Amino acid sequence: MNTLVLMKMVPDTVEELEIAPDGKSLDVEAVRPIVSERDDHALEQALLLKDKHGGTVTVVALESRDVDEVLFTALAKGADRAVKVAAGDAMLTAAETAALLAKVLPAVPNLLPAQLIVSGCQAIDDLDGVVAPSLAERLQLPYLGIVTGVEVAADGGRATVYKEYAGGTRGRYVVCLPAVLGVQAAEKPPRYVPVAKVRATMKAKTIECVEAPARDEASLLEIAAMTKPQAAGRAEMLEGSPEEVASKVAEILSSRGLA
Amino acid sequence: MAGNIWVLAEHWRGRVSDLTLELLTLGRELAGGLGTGLEAVLLGHGAKGLAAGLAADGVLSVDHASLAEPNPEASCAALAALIAQRKPQLLLVPLSNVAADLLGLLPPRLKIPLVNFCRDVRAADGRLEARCVLYGGKLEATVVVPGAPVVIGVLPGSRPASAAPAAAPPVTDVAVELPGDLKVRFEQYIDPEPGDVDVTQKDVLISVGRGIQTQDNIALAEELAAALGGAVSASRPVIDQGWLPLTRQVGKSGATVKPKLYLAAGISGAPEHVEGMKGAALIVAVNTDPQAPIFSVAHYGYAGDALEFLPALTAAVKARKA
Repeated sequence: MNTLVLMKMVPDTVEELEIAPDGKSLDVEAVRPIVSERDDHALEQALLLKDKHGGTVTVVALESRDVDEVLFTALAKGADRAVKVAAGDAMLTAAETAALLAKVLPAVPNLLPAQLIVSGCQAIDDLDGVVAPSLAERLQLPYLGIVTGVEVAADGGRATVYKEYAGGTRGRYVVCLPAVLGVQAAEKPPRYVPVAKVRATMKAKTIECVEAPARDEASLLEIAAMTKPQAAGRAEMLEGSPEEVASKVAEILSSRGLA
Repeated sequence: MAGNIWVLAEHWRGRVSDLTLELLTLGRELAGGLGTGLEAVLLGHGAKGLAAGLAADGVLSVDHASLAEPNPEASCAALAALIAQRKPQLLLVPLSNVAADLLGLLPPRLKIPLVNFCRDVRAADGRLEARCVLYGGKLEATVVVPGAPVVIGVLPGSRPASAAPAAAPPVTDVAVELPGDLKVRFEQYIDPEPGDVDVTQKDVLISVGRGIQTQDNIALAEELAAALGGAVSASRPVIDQGWLPLTRQVGKSGATVKPKLYLAAGISGAPEHVEGMKGAALIVAVNTDPQAPIFSVAHYGYAGDALEFLPALTAAVKARKA
């Protein structure tokens, strides 16, 4: 069972996001990059499959600020191999990323075919495409997204895949392998790895670097402006200590017969 | 003559989604602005009866056994063939768990643009401009919608739902060849076990998000919920951590709730969450980030720490009752 995990960095939205001077893009310098949450779940799902069936897990990411730490963390958690694709300084869009990976991955020695390619089913910056299904199309592999569970058949030829619908209902599908899956949530929360183990991994293991070929496909979208959302309505903000605000809220609830 | 505006009529378990009806309203407005027609596309098996509720000039129906349940491989093949035959200028797709896979697959299949996370589209001077929500609602991009055809993924809330038409729209059956040997096959639905709290039936929900920090802290929300006779619900990160069961999740993948009070504690308010709770009668939000999108849907907000606020409110409520 060999699984490829695609991981990408996105801005941490807990931090304030600023707009670049061009008024059309995010100020990437001011951003704290973190791994896309769904990609972290994709990694966990791949590691769970490895725990169960053996085989290997390879993580792949485009080079960007702080990505080494993410790749070493993945290795510390149990991934076998980490590949970093150097694609220059440009911030690639989701569609551009998929186009690039579709070109690069087949050229990396001993990478494809992998029985499974997993990634997050969506990221918070997927404006012009979604990486996992776009890559599936380009590699002509079957795709299923919003996945919350995977069981691989003994012969490795197919997988039973659980897809999430509304209200807690799941759909059970059979998918022929190799395939690409877009993970919504792994069967278990992403595992924890102590910082000391990540540090030790940094000394013991290496990240393979791959040069990307020149890009010949640009995003089909043009962004005219990037703005902070104009709130249609805005909450009445309550000021004071937690106790003062709690007292005001209790009064509001009481006036509505709720407390 | 530019092509028509199409709306993908998303249906699941025999019902057309509300989001589809919103898109029909939006599609009608755009078709008016561009001087073209509005068609709904109905992919399914034995689902043609649903066409009667779609307020469009016409319905294009593809009926095939492989389309009986959501199947990205089959629906992408069907829609790609349909678009190649009939050349619409715009396809509006509901951003839901049912249609999401198709939305990701179709644009690269046809090598056409996708505009994702769209909350509004407007036609002006024969051109289209889309407003899209990025970074969990923290920023908004205004996108020039490129030349036809283009696929637009639309979030809930863009327009009010369209009413059913007085007369059923004409239905055109379109035969489409689908791959006989599908690599993705639907088997069955697995519904959640009943037994846990039904969050859709509660008047008061204390809902916790990432800001609750640890599983132990959920007790703070439980105490407040007990004092107010409500229950604890949660946003996605809490469910993903396994701190509360899936039955407590509010949002796109979870429940849609309309309680008398929805208190969002440590929830940032990503569009996927807001979709499930914006109909609550009273929304109170507590978040350390004063810019959190939750404050644009809340009636009352407090830029503070939920871990301090929850016990304070529990005490204040108990004091009032005493």
